[in-house]
Amino acid sequence: MSSSRALSLLSKHATTLSTSTRGKAHFTFQPSTTLPSGLESMEKSKMNLMQSVNEAMRIAMETDDSAVLFGEDVAFGGVFRCSLDLQKKFGKDRVFNTPLCEQGIAGFGIGVAAAGATAIAEIQFGDYIFPAYDQVFIAFEPPKKTKSFQLVNEAAKFRYRSGNQFDCGKLTVRTTWGAVGHGALYHSQSPEANFTHTPGLKLVVPRGPIQAKGLLLSCIRDPNPCIFFEPKILYRLAAEDVPTGDYTIPLGQAETVRSGKDLTLVAWGTQVHVALEAAQLAKEKLNADVEVIDLQTIQPWDEDHVVESVQKTGRLIVTHEAPISSGFGAEITSTVQKRCFLNLESPIERVAGYDTPFPHVHEPFYLPTVHRVFDAIKKSVNY
Amino acid sequence: MHRALLHVSRRAVTARNLASTVEGDAFRLNEYSSKYLGHRKAAFTEKLEIINADDTPAIPIYRVTNAVGDVIDKTQDPNFDEPTAIKMYKTMTQLNIMDRILYDSQRQGRISFYMTSFGEEGNHVGSAAALEPQDLIYGQYREAGVLLWRGYSMENFMNQCYGNADDLGKGRQMPMHFGAKERNFVTISSPLTTQLPQAVGSAYAFKQQKDNNRICVVYFGDGAASEGDAHAAFNFAATLKAPIIFFCRNNGYAISTPTSEQYGGDGIAGKGPAYGLHTIRVDGNDLLAVYNATKEARRVALSNRPVLIEAMTYRLGHHSTSDDSTAYRSAEEVETWGDKDHPITRFNKYITERGWWNEEKEKEWQKEVKKRVLTEFSAAEKRKKAHYHDLFEDVYDELPLRLRRQRDELDAHIAEYKEHYPLEGLHEKH
Repeated sequence: MSSSRALSLLSKHATTLSTSTRGKAHFTFQPSTTLPSGLESMEKSKMNLMQSVNEAMRIAMETDDSAVLFGEDVAFGGVFRCSLDLQKKFGKDRVFNTPLCEQGIAGFGIGVAAAGATAIAEIQFGDYIFPAYDQVFIAFEPPKKTKSFQLVNEAAKFRYRSGNQFDCGKLTVRTTWGAVGHGALYHSQSPEANFTHTPGLKLVVPRGPIQAKGLLLSCIRDPNPCIFFEPKILYRLAAEDVPTGDYTIPLGQAETVRSGKDLTLVAWGTQVHVALEAAQLAKEKLNADVEVIDLQTIQPWDEDHVVESVQKTGRLIVTHEAPISSGFGAEITSTVQKRCFLNLESPIERVAGYDTPFPHVHEPFYLPTVHRVFDAIKKSVNY
Repeated sequence: MHRALLHVSRRAVTARNLASTVEGDAFRLNEYSSKYLGHRKAAFTEKLEIINADDTPAIPIYRVTNAVGDVIDKTQDPNFDEPTAIKMYKTMTQLNIMDRILYDSQRQGRISFYMTSFGEEGNHVGSAAALEPQDLIYGQYREAGVLLWRGYSMENFMNQCYGNADDLGKGRQMPMHFGAKERNFVTISSPLTTQLPQAVGSAYAFKQQKDNNRICVVYFGDGAASEGDAHAAFNFAATLKAPIIFFCRNNGYAISTPTSEQYGGDGIAGKGPAYGLHTIRVDGNDLLAVYNATKEARRVALSNRPVLIEAMTYRLGHHSTSDDSTAYRSAEEVETWGDKDHPITRFNKYITERGWWNEEKEKEWQKEVKKRVLTEFSAAEKRKKAHYHDLFEDVYDELPLRLRRQRDELDAHIAEYKEHYPLEGLHEKH
C-alpha cells in the first residue's frame, strides 16, 4: 500500500472520530465554597489544577534552595504542563529530565532526600509507579522479577530501619491518578491502596486546585516521604479562585465539604465531586441530608473525623474509583465497623470500581457513577 | 491534523529528488554524533558486520603486586607510611578474626545470622583507605572492613548483631545491616542493588553544594549488578554527571550462582563504558592496587564524572550462615584460592619486607584481637534489648495517633498475658 493511500485513509478515519461523541466527564467539578482558615484575605487568582500544582512547586523551590524537581519530560514543562517554566526559572541543575526509568527516579529521589536536599520526583502516570514500588516492595510474580523495590522497601522504611540515623523525609513523589475518560488500563489507575499497606509513607489526594496547592506544599515540607496523587482529569477541568500566597493545608486532616445528618459519604480526589452530586440528588429525590467528607490524606487518614460523623449519622458509604476488593474503602469500613458498631443503622456500603482492570470503551459502566452512589444512598436510608 | 501529515509526506517524496546526498549524510552524521552518541565520532560503513560479543577483549586487571605480594612496578607503589600500613593490616586481620568468632557464635545459636568477608578484606580496606571521611558510603552487606576502617567499633558491630538497646540501628534489623551516621555509612537494607540509584541521588545533591568536596561510593556484588536498579543507577549517574564511584566486588558467586551464570558480557567493568562511565578493573585481592584505583577514581568522580571500579576477588566463605557452599563448589576450589591468592597474605609480605611486622607481632596481635573481640562479644550479649515500645517508633518522624492506639492495645494485652512474652531481655521502661 503506498504511503499516500494510507494517509488518506487515516485522515478520513480521523474526521469520523472527531465528529463522534467522546462521552463527557462522569462528574461536574464543584469548586470549594469555603477556604482553608486564614486565607480569606489572601489575594486570589483563577487557576486550574495544573496551574496550582505549578504554583506550589514554584513556591517550594523559591523557599528552599535545595529543592530539585526531576522526572520524565519535566524540563520542557511536562506532559501535563505542571512544570511549565520551572526549568527556565530555576535552571537545569534544579529542574531536569531523567532517563525513562521509574525505579531510577524513585531510588535517585530517595538518595537526594537522604543527603538532606528536597526531592520532588515526578512519575508521569500512577499506572507506572509499580517499577518504583520496591524502592517505595519485593517482586512478586515471575514476569516482574526485575521490578525495583524503592518506594515500599526503601523509602517507607528508611528511617525505621536505620534507628532514625537516616531518613528520606525530604522526598515527595508526585504522580498522576485516576480516570480520565479514555485512559483504559494503563492511564487510569488509582494505586493508593497498594501503598496504604506500607507503613512509613504518607499518601495524599487533592480534590481541586485550592487543596492541591496547599497539600502539595505540605507534602514537600513534611519530614516523611510522601506520594501526592494528582487527578489528571482535573488538571484543566477543575478551575477556581486559588489564594496566590504561600499556604499549606495540614496533612492527616479530612474536610467535611457538605454537612448532613442522615448519612456519611466518604471519598477523595475526583470522586468527591461525584459524591457531592449524589448528595444533591439524594436531597432532591429522597429528602436525605448526606454529609460528604473529603479524606484528603489517605495515609494517615483522619479516622476520628469520619467516626464522629458516623456517630452522628449512623450510616456510611465509602466510594472510590479503585477496584473494590482491598481498596482503601475496605480499611475505612473495617475501622468504622469496629468503632461505631452500636451507632450503625445500616450496613456500611462501598461503591467502587469492579474487580477488573480498568476498561477502555466500558469505562462508563466500570466507574462508580453518581447513580450508583445515589442508589447506595437510597438503599442505605431505606434499610 | 491530517493536513499536517500530508505536508510532511509531500516533503518526504521530494527529499528523494535532492541532488546531493552528501549534504544529507554530513547533516546526519553531525546529528548522530552530537545528539545520539554523546559526541562520539559517528561514521557509516558499507560492510555488513555484526559485532561478535564473544570476541570483545576483556578489560585488563590492574595490579601492583603479584599473587605472592611482591611489587612489580615500583612506580605504582603507593608508599604507605608505617602507621597507615599497620592500620591497614590490623583492620584486615581484625575483620578476619571477628568474622571467625561471630560465625561460630551463630552456629552456637547466640546470634541469629552472620555474613563473613573472608577473602575480601583487601578490597574493603584498600578502597576505604583511599576515601575521605566526608565521602558518603552506601553498602550492600559484605563491607564490614570498610566500616572498621572508618572507626565503627567492635562494640557497634556486636550491638548490631545482638540487636540490643545500644545498637545504633535500635535493633530493628537482622545482623549485618549496619549503619552509622557519624561514619557517613548509610544503613544497609536487604533488597539488593536498591542502594545504587540512591547513591546517585545523594551524589547529585552533593554536586549542587558550593565547593563540594564529597563524593558517594556505593558497593555492590556481581549478582546485584544484574538487578534493574544497577542499570538505572549507571544511566542516571552518567547522564546527570554525578560525583560517584560504583565499586563492584566481583567475588565469583551470588550465593550459589557462579558468575558464568550471572552475565554474558565482559564482567561488570565491560558495562561501564557502554553507559558512559569511566571504568577500571582491578585485582581486588591486591590492597595496593585497590587503593591506587580508588584514589584516582575519587579524583575523577569529584570532577563530576562517575567511575566504575570492578574489583576481582573470591568469596572464600559461605554466602552466609544460612548457606553451605560445599553444596555447589568443591572444597578444593576454595582451598586453592585461599592458598594462591589471599589479600592478607599478600599485604603481610609488604609490611614484613619493610621491617614493620614480624611473626612475634603477628602472634601478639592475634591474641590481642581475639581477646578484644570476645570481651566485646560477651558484653554485648548481656546488654538488654530496647523496651517493646520502640517497635512503634520511627515509622514516621512522629508517632501517629493510630499507632499510638495500637501500642496502647499491646500494652493492655501484655499486662494481662505477660508471662507469654520474652520481657526479661528487655529494658523495663522506654
